[in-house]
Amino acid sequence: MPEDKKVQEHPAIWFQASGCSGCVVSVLNGAAPTVANLIVDQLAPGHHVNLRFQPTVMAASGEVALKVLAAAEKAEEGYLLVVEGALPTAAGGLFGRAGAAGGGETTMHQRVLDLAKKAQAVVALGTCAAYGGMSGAQPNPSGCVGVSQALAEAGIEVPVINVPGCPPHPDWFTGTVAHALLFGLPSPEEVDAAGRPKRFFGKLIHDLCPRRGDFEAHKFAKAPGEPGCLYELGCKGPWTHADCPERQFNTGVNWCIKAGSPCQGCVEPFFPDVSCPIYRKLDLDELPRVIKDDSGRLAPSARPVGGRAKSLLQEG
Amino acid sequence: MAETRTITIDPITRIEGHLKVEVVVEAGVVKEARCSALLFRGFENILLNRDPRDAALLVQRVCGVCPVGHAAASALCLDNAFGVDAEVPHNGRVMRNLILGSNYLQSHILHFYHLAALDFVDVAAAAEYEGADEALCGVRDFIARGELSPFVPRYEGDYRLSKEANQAATAHYVKALEARRTAHELGAIFGGKLPHEVGIVVGGVTEVPTSDKIAAFLSKLAGLRKFIADVYLPDVLAVAQAYPDYFEIGAGCRRWLSYGGFDLETAEADLLKRKRLFPAGRVEAELSLAPVDPGKIAEYVRHSWFEDATSGLAPGAGETKPAPEKESGYSWIKAPRYDGQPHEVGPLARTLVAYAAGDAAVKKQVDGLLAQFGAQAGALFSVLGRHAARALETARVAEAMERWVMELKPGEPVCDWRPVPDSGSGMGLTEAPRGALGHWAEIEGGRLSRYQLVVPTTWNASPHDDEGIPGPIEQALIGTKVKDSENPFEVVRIVRSFDPCLACSVHMLTPRGREVGRWRVL
Repeated sequence: MPEDKKVQEHPAIWFQASGCSGCVVSVLNGAAPTVANLIVDQLAPGHHVNLRFQPTVMAASGEVALKVLAAAEKAEEGYLLVVEGALPTAAGGLFGRAGAAGGGETTMHQRVLDLAKKAQAVVALGTCAAYGGMSGAQPNPSGCVGVSQALAEAGIEVPVINVPGCPPHPDWFTGTVAHALLFGLPSPEEVDAAGRPKRFFGKLIHDLCPRRGDFEAHKFAKAPGEPGCLYELGCKGPWTHADCPERQFNTGVNWCIKAGSPCQGCVEPFFPDVSCPIYRKLDLDELPRVIKDDSGRLAPSARPVGGRAKSLLQEG
Repeated sequence: MAETRTITIDPITRIEGHLKVEVVVEAGVVKEARCSALLFRGFENILLNRDPRDAALLVQRVCGVCPVGHAAASALCLDNAFGVDAEVPHNGRVMRNLILGSNYLQSHILHFYHLAALDFVDVAAAAEYEGADEALCGVRDFIARGELSPFVPRYEGDYRLSKEANQAATAHYVKALEARRTAHELGAIFGGKLPHEVGIVVGGVTEVPTSDKIAAFLSKLAGLRKFIADVYLPDVLAVAQAYPDYFEIGAGCRRWLSYGGFDLETAEADLLKRKRLFPAGRVEAELSLAPVDPGKIAEYVRHSWFEDATSGLAPGAGETKPAPEKESGYSWIKAPRYDGQPHEVGPLARTLVAYAAGDAAVKKQVDGLLAQFGAQAGALFSVLGRHAARALETARVAEAMERWVMELKPGEPVCDWRPVPDSGSGMGLTEAPRGALGHWAEIEGGRLSRYQLVVPTTWNASPHDDEGIPGPIEQALIGTKVKDSENPFEVVRIVRSFDPCLACSVHMLTPRGREVGRWRVL
């Protein structure tokens, strides 16, 4: 048995609200580190993420699970709160009910507020948790909001790191957690205006895209399966910030544009509404929708158009 | 008078989504059962007024575990509405099957090992491991540090495998994490990424087949077929041998339905008559095959949080009006019924329908299984029957995928891409990993004017209907003996055998303009 002199336990609570579980399923796809590295092993020497509550994988159900949650909440050392899914606020939160001790009931919204108050930090995992995402898409029947907005409205001050994506790449999550473990929370310079780590979301898809040469040469695919840049098939790469072209998905096997499908802009605030119609070519008229949205939700990040893209867009 | 007790299990963990189960136990036997879906997103309303082509991408966000089933159903529905049903190129049809098949492998492996197994396998047995298996040593050291989350606490008192079998199964739990990741890599080869693939579009697929992708696919698939044959199937049998009473528990409604899935042709417009890997049909306990008529499907809401006036409508025939204060309501799921009767859907339904249809491969698998346990076909109507059907099906799908990938034709078309029609309507019926999946769409002015889904867990986890008939999971629970109400293993094992997916099942419309803010907490 190895000498575990002083393994520091880092408790974590992973709460699922209004979403599809796609985020946790994507995190299960992690290759380096794997999810077993994340949960069972020491993520880094001397550091173990102690995942106390995670409904998709945990053994306990019902009252037994809720007791785990209650105990974790009371632990003196605090915890990292991971939220997956948006928070339904319409109808007093009734669109998202959650079990409470003794067979009672609360709402997902209230549960996250309660958990956030005692958390050391919150990771809003996936676009729903970060900004409302698919669950909060118009006409937003359940009044879903992202975690930052819900906490701000409740006056709860706790650091929130947004790790968006629909789904998020597993590395974006494990990399963010590893950073917090080893170096502490990211500094203000290390996150963008949309609360995302620049390490993963600092560049435009368009600027990293392997089809950029086709874009410059005005070689455009007109239908799926054709070679060329996907700009005319509605690609949102020109205003989407993520390192997908470098990192690729599923252990580097493929990613959207490589598979001939336009970038959907799934890591951006206001996804999917700003991205729809997905197969419609971007034009200058719709760019201000991204930049100047006045709905009061979290402001989108830096200027969404790279220099070269902008010049071409202005041409045509 | 016998003691009556209500057991509430909320959350039911290790499923997709938010489910509450309440059982009333009298003298140790379940007398009543209620399944409550706790989350409402209004997905169908979110799709309204959007470009129809977006649906195949957006609907996948209904479920992150089985997104491809939704993409496949949506694409079939839109092919129909665009009038390109028969025009999907050969490569498009084959790649759709390969992407969906990959997701079956991922979903079924995930279900057995990571969702269901902790009800049967004692991970703590790894504490006494003395061998050199890297995964087991990792788990052993983890236990030695004294932090057992998220594997403990749990229900206690009914773990029956030997120490060695528990250790082997624990090692396989870790191995299965790799297997299901590989299955997603497999799907990403032609689907771009997973979950939420991007390849499947109306008219075909966006990715192009090339020899290097075919070779990569074959390589990863070969590894998965080995895992399925050497690890997954033997582990299901090992669980069955240790828990044989679960061949007698959880029968359910004894009516099964399959729409059929994995198109082997596109010429036939009627999806229920298409040649498919999984045949369409309905069976009851005597296993004689009956046809499926979508016109006989209706959804009832007496016990759902929707207004009673909307009860009994066919899918796609009307709007749904939420009524969260309704006294008789206890779930956000409606109760779909075929010809007035609840039907179970999923791997067991597909297996029984194929068996009744005389599918030689299925008969061989199922008869072999029954012979091994000296059991009659009735033993399949059970918790273990569902796990076995799912595992056997995984092997059949993987085998078929190896044939299909060799049918791809590099250099030939992948998609028949058409402009959005001004108007049209479509129906897409297929089989998602969890069962029969139907999408219905209408297009007006080039936009979606209606989108409806009836998904597998809506069938399986449905509440009581207007006649008071409980849904399939509820029926599977009723009559079950619960040995220890503090550790109701029987209840969670039955519920999980259906592999519920709650994000899928709660998808009802909120009528526009309804003021929802006035609702109060009940």
